[in-house]
Amino acid sequence: MTDLPTDLTRASAADLAGALASGTISSVEVTQAHLDRIAAVDGQVHSYLHVDGAGALAQARAVDERRRAGETLGALAGVPIAVKDVMTTKGLPTTCGSKILEGWIPPYDATVVSKLREAGLPILGKTNMDEFAMGSSTEHSAYGPSHNPWDLDRIPGGSGGGSSSVLASFQAPLATGTDTGGSIRQPAAVTATVGTKPTYGGVSRYGLVALASSLDQAGPCGRTVLDTALLHAVMGGHDPMDSTSIDAPVPPVVEAARAASVKGMRIGVVKELGGEGYQPGVRARFDESVALLEELGAQVVEVSCPNFEYALATYYLILPSEASSNLAKFDAMRYGMRVLPEGVDAPSAEQVMAATRDAGFGPEVKRRIILGTYALSSGYYDAYYGSAQKVRALIAQDFDEAYAQVDVLVSPTAPTTAFKLGDKLEDPMAMYLNDIATIPANLAGVPGMSIPSGLADEDGLPAGIQILAPAMKDERLYSVGAALEAALVDRWGGPILDRAPELGAAAAKGA
Amino acid sequence: MTTVATDAVMDYDEAMTKFDPVMGLEVHVELHTATKMFCGCPTEFGAEPNSQVCPVCLGLPGALPVVNEKAVESAIRIGLALNCEIAEWCRFARKNYFYPDMPKNFQTSQYDEPIAFEGHLDVELEDGSVYRVEIERAHMEEDTGKSLHIGGATGRIHGADHSLVDYNRAGIPLIEIVTKPMVGAGERAPEVAKAYVSALRDLLRALDVSDVKMEQGSMRCDANVSLRPRVGEPLDEAQLAVPLGTRTETKNVNSLRSVERAVRYEISRHAAILDGGGSILQETRHWHEDTGITTSGRVKSDAEDYRYFPEPDLVPVAPTRETVETLRGTLPEPPGLRRKRLQSDWGYSDLEMRDVVNAGAVELIEETVAAGASAGAAKKWWLGEPSRRANAEGQDIVTYAAGLGLTPAHVAELDGMVAAGRLNDSMARQVLDGVLAGEGTPTAVADARGLELVQDDGALEAAVDKVIEANPDVAAKIRDGKVAAAGALIGQVMKEMKGQADAGKARELILAKLQ
Repeated sequence: MTDLPTDLTRASAADLAGALASGTISSVEVTQAHLDRIAAVDGQVHSYLHVDGAGALAQARAVDERRRAGETLGALAGVPIAVKDVMTTKGLPTTCGSKILEGWIPPYDATVVSKLREAGLPILGKTNMDEFAMGSSTEHSAYGPSHNPWDLDRIPGGSGGGSSSVLASFQAPLATGTDTGGSIRQPAAVTATVGTKPTYGGVSRYGLVALASSLDQAGPCGRTVLDTALLHAVMGGHDPMDSTSIDAPVPPVVEAARAASVKGMRIGVVKELGGEGYQPGVRARFDESVALLEELGAQVVEVSCPNFEYALATYYLILPSEASSNLAKFDAMRYGMRVLPEGVDAPSAEQVMAATRDAGFGPEVKRRIILGTYALSSGYYDAYYGSAQKVRALIAQDFDEAYAQVDVLVSPTAPTTAFKLGDKLEDPMAMYLNDIATIPANLAGVPGMSIPSGLADEDGLPAGIQILAPAMKDERLYSVGAALEAALVDRWGGPILDRAPELGAAAAKGA
Repeated sequence: MTTVATDAVMDYDEAMTKFDPVMGLEVHVELHTATKMFCGCPTEFGAEPNSQVCPVCLGLPGALPVVNEKAVESAIRIGLALNCEIAEWCRFARKNYFYPDMPKNFQTSQYDEPIAFEGHLDVELEDGSVYRVEIERAHMEEDTGKSLHIGGATGRIHGADHSLVDYNRAGIPLIEIVTKPMVGAGERAPEVAKAYVSALRDLLRALDVSDVKMEQGSMRCDANVSLRPRVGEPLDEAQLAVPLGTRTETKNVNSLRSVERAVRYEISRHAAILDGGGSILQETRHWHEDTGITTSGRVKSDAEDYRYFPEPDLVPVAPTRETVETLRGTLPEPPGLRRKRLQSDWGYSDLEMRDVVNAGAVELIEETVAAGASAGAAKKWWLGEPSRRANAEGQDIVTYAAGLGLTPAHVAELDGMVAAGRLNDSMARQVLDGVLAGEGTPTAVADARGLELVQDDGALEAAVDKVIEANPDVAAKIRDGKVAAAGALIGQVMKEMKGQADAGKARELILAKLQ
């Protein structure tokens, strides 16, 4: 049994779970430690949009009682978690980072949230995100950006920058995310944490406020591959409330993470992901990781996926199209914000809808609604949405052909390390390019993971390596991820997050 | 209060000399599945507003739809009954537009991949001829909520102070059945329209997939009408080759009679415009039941864009051929064939059968016969007072009778009382009045009103003697062999007996005494 650090917030979820199971610590203690940490540092990081201390402690007490009563509990029972604010939580605010949902208290739990509650994970609070998950930096949150614990002037990635910064600043051992084009993986990469986008349909979407239905996928975020696997096993599985959910058991992700082996595996380096536009330090850490995998017994080859070139363009037709329709429901008629148009006497429902949507949505959301509305318009549909669906099929075909040759694919997760807050806010295209390596997996529905590959030489900031596997072979991500993680941690002489600056010091530097 | 300018109309017969009408009917049918199309909420009509809702049918953020398998089955059965092809693979699509009674601001419907397509329904007209209606498609979709506009004079949104929305109806499964352009009906177009909707209603009722209550909105009809110049007889090749004119779509015509009237009215209105050199505006029209006219709704330009795209939250519907064939095996006897069989069982003439069908009393008579009445009696009682009153109320007889609690069993009971000699015809009518007035079963009414034929032959004989004595001239005529004259005496005997006598027996006695 591993000795826990004195500061419980530095412990892994797996170690906490072990100590909880053996009765060394209580869930109330662990939960309180994290609430204290939140109180101490979240003022600087701004990871949380809502902290539910009372609720989390009540759940922790309930788990402790069940354990004392001798009940058999799930593997993560008692380990607290942070939930991305895109998932509905009964009785807890759910804003999706938008003003338009300010004050809305959902009357129901997302399936993922129900599973967390049933598994006994106290919910610490809801994490920040780009509005309706549209962005790569959290700068599009209507409630202000989250900060990267490695450098508070930098972005923590997005849209799940709240969840990534929560983990990197030890405000929770686990967090949930959603990934539509990289919103789990890119934040993990720039904060030196771990995140998995499972196979599309592997985790229920019921209760996830939809961005783009055919791309959205909820997944686990952690600081280690094993922690992430443990959470994946809790979140995943068939849900009759989600028609697109796969009716099959969760792949054996925990077993794979524990086995941590790449011996005899064929690993493909995607030629199209890693050339021009990739920061040298990111590229260098990636190449070292690939060499390490080879040393560990994997066979590495280069694989070409020629249609990945069109992934970004395809994505920015499909996503806005679906989003424009998914976001139509925010109309001030039933819930959320309601704004009356100025200077209009007895406004019509239509005028109230327009005024509310104008005031309630931020510029990025409006941009994508307009793009999507245009792409679906009659006369343009075939050229835009229709063509995009065809290219999407070609990208899926590229994956199929690649997986005929190799077991997994790898690439850098994001082309650069974390950029400075404000740097790309005025240049949507530059922002979109951040997701160039993560988007193909969403278009094809295949699973992907990001784990830390080290710090880039030029800026000392974290870089990530992405592992991709065929649909429903999520366990391969964990085999490769855990094996590489072990080798890297060994090389680094400890977890990479130990090198992150102390938050107090970073704040002093910033001041 | 807004005043509506009345449009000019051309006399219908005159219109027919100049124009050839073409129709297209879109019928929306609410399925009576226990739960909604995409969630588990109940579908009962008339519940407390917003009591049958959940995150899915309210379109709450995060909620997702799941297809009701029963609704898909019903859709396939409807398609098969309409002789349609059933898609091997089809998807739902989102129809995007903003309206407060639509929770998601898109309707989950089907667009270019309907579950059923390319069918037909043969419709029998009043004179027994058959018109084949070609079916373009039948597709699945969800109903919207219902807006109630408060404070305006018309109940429409225009002029209202505020509106209330009831989402109980939101998400109820709908099947939309769309015809191809109905050509070649000529002057019978309105009749064909009515006959089609009526035949469709019978078919859906036989399938037991919907309540098909037009007055409750569980079956709603939109009628598209256009005219083209008349160049020959309706079915002449030259006439069929004339391009279609611009159409109008009259929405929510919700009775069979209105379907006929609305089509007829639109034909006359179009004719007046076209004959005056004007052109038809492509628009929706509102039907006004009370005044029998249509008024302009919204202009339906080609610019209206629903931005359809395949519903990404649902997986395709792909019924196996085995499933389709199994469902084909559950189809009821087609109403047309069934009628022919019943007509022969009941021994009705064509004219009698048509009266029964037009009165909508086929099922009532079938049940009444099953309850023991003769076919002739069942027809006589249902098509008499109950049918007359239902008509006067503007209701169909089934709804009317159900509303008053008059059942086939009652009618059979009444017939039994006549057959057993307890009641004569006129007494039976009084008893029926009592049942219709809610006084109870026929036996209860007869007991309460003291209606019973006098079985005492002595009293009848005394009455006959009295009447013969009072009418020596008539008695003489009968003695001379003019048997028909007995009628006058029978009437007086019945009067003496205060109606409570068997007229047949009275006649027998009179003749026996005078011959």
